[in-house]
Amino acid sequence: MMGKSVDSRESPYKFNLRETRRHVEEKDKSPTSKLMTVEEAVRRFVANGLHVALGGCLYSRTPTAVIHEIIRQKLLNLTISRSLTGMEADLLLGASSLKRVVTSWWSVGYAWGISKMMRKFVEGNQVAFDEWSHLSLGLRYRAAAMGISFLPTVSMLGSDLARVNEVKEMTCPYTDEKLLLIPALYPDVGVIHAQRADKFGNVSIDGYEFMDQDIARASTHVIVTTEEIVDTEIFRKHPDRTSIPFFCVDAVVKLPFGSYPSECWNLYEADFDHFSEFSRRVSESGIDGVRGYLSEYVLGCQSFENFLHKIGSTRLERQRRSMQDVIS
Amino acid sequence: MSSAELDYTKAELLAVMTARLLEDGKTIFVGIGLPMVAALLAQLTHSPRLCIIFEGGIIAPELKRGKMPLSTNEIRAARRAMAFCSITDMFLYQQRGFIDYGLLGAAQIDKYGNINTSVIGDYTKPKVRLPGSGGANDIASAATRVIISVMHEKRRFVERLDFRTSPGFIEGGDSRIRSGLIFGGPYKVVTDLGIFGFNKTSKHLTLEAIHKGISPKQVAENTGFKLPIAEEVEETKPPTQEELRVLREIDPDKVMLRGG
Repeated sequence: MMGKSVDSRESPYKFNLRETRRHVEEKDKSPTSKLMTVEEAVRRFVANGLHVALGGCLYSRTPTAVIHEIIRQKLLNLTISRSLTGMEADLLLGASSLKRVVTSWWSVGYAWGISKMMRKFVEGNQVAFDEWSHLSLGLRYRAAAMGISFLPTVSMLGSDLARVNEVKEMTCPYTDEKLLLIPALYPDVGVIHAQRADKFGNVSIDGYEFMDQDIARASTHVIVTTEEIVDTEIFRKHPDRTSIPFFCVDAVVKLPFGSYPSECWNLYEADFDHFSEFSRRVSESGIDGVRGYLSEYVLGCQSFENFLHKIGSTRLERQRRSMQDVIS
Repeated sequence: MSSAELDYTKAELLAVMTARLLEDGKTIFVGIGLPMVAALLAQLTHSPRLCIIFEGGIIAPELKRGKMPLSTNEIRAARRAMAFCSITDMFLYQQRGFIDYGLLGAAQIDKYGNINTSVIGDYTKPKVRLPGSGGANDIASAATRVIISVMHEKRRFVERLDFRTSPGFIEGGDSRIRSGLIFGGPYKVVTDLGIFGFNKTSKHLTLEAIHKGISPKQVAENTGFKLPIAEEVEETKPPTQEELRVLREIDPDKVMLRGG
């Protein structure tokens, strides 16, 4: 479209819009129960080499249980994308599951400095770090959520980010101003942790939604882990509170504290002590520190419930209370 | 660093000088660390109606002194907010023109206010890979007035960036506008040595004010490029007792204000 003003270099962004739409057309959109275990959800919808978009942001509503299950199932060559990427990427690196990270920022968090794992793997060219501005990544998901191939913006104009990502510019046919054309991103799987869902996959997210609604529409398949399963009547009574309708969702997994050690808005605060413990292990022993963490907390636990049991109810209750202390 | 009356760290000086630039009744997009502290300091002193915006999609929170968030996407950052929206929509409010100030840090900054937060060395073979843009590029592209607050070091104020993560005035003159960035742009650079603006036509970084006890020579020695000096360089007033008292209530353990 508007070919006269777009430069003609070969683009790395090859969309087959018919193909991406076909996946959605062929989805079973009937209201049937999609309840399953996290083991089954990952086995059915995640495979080696796929692109997995992670909902939440940094240490908020991270789909931790699915990350753990991906590691337990020893999946390989994954690409992950996320608005801000945190400890989950360090875990996946430690498990040799990653080939590419598409994100705007990558570190466990401000308090813990630059990720040593990220530095080791990216500086050693063992994993690709595709850096986008935060809005640009959001527009990539949104363009896909809209079923189109790009969205125009002023972000990243005049920057090296646009250059290294080979993003094309155009002159607006109406105003003659320059715009950058952010290519869509169609993930194979979107993974979202929410406060509540019903068995059909109606999902209600409390607090900040981050990029989760766009991820749910953009992805071929969607796995939702949820703090609680509620009756569909709850959604019928408050349909304005439905963040994601059932026909987007392929798997619903009930997992209270499924985001721990990340926070889940209004329910529990992020466990900074746990992040500090992880960061200390990485500082002291590098990748062996991550492997030690994995064998103790992920591979050494048969399920996410076992992991939470290891953390202990006292600690989890403390996180519930500290959320209430901040929110009130 | 010390003055005759009060002791304060370089990071505290930077936070106070940044806060003083923030007018009441405006909106400000802030990142984690010093920007957040400076915005809250302004709110608690001279600008009580300053509206803080976080990239997590958080509008007008009331941050609690001594309980600073460690991310712009978490409950402490969202305390008593007036509104939430998606991350993408938060940045689109900015692209629409709703954000008056953007507050940024930088690993490297050049004479036109372009900044690097991506890599030291070559992008494809970096010496140090940094966490990346986050929302910095978007703020630099679309906030109405961009303020950059950094420690003044020669290795930070460089002739040539290793990577232009976030655009300032690009190559000076009207090159920012020619790049398509027809709104906003760098407004001030605040350091522990002074306050800097940008020449109206060349868009070159220019020394406008200097902190007490600092000489222009010191500024030149710590800058990796030739720095023009405004015709009249003012001296800034040192942080007051009240400013430092509030600042130390905000960040008592110096988690956010680590430097100096």
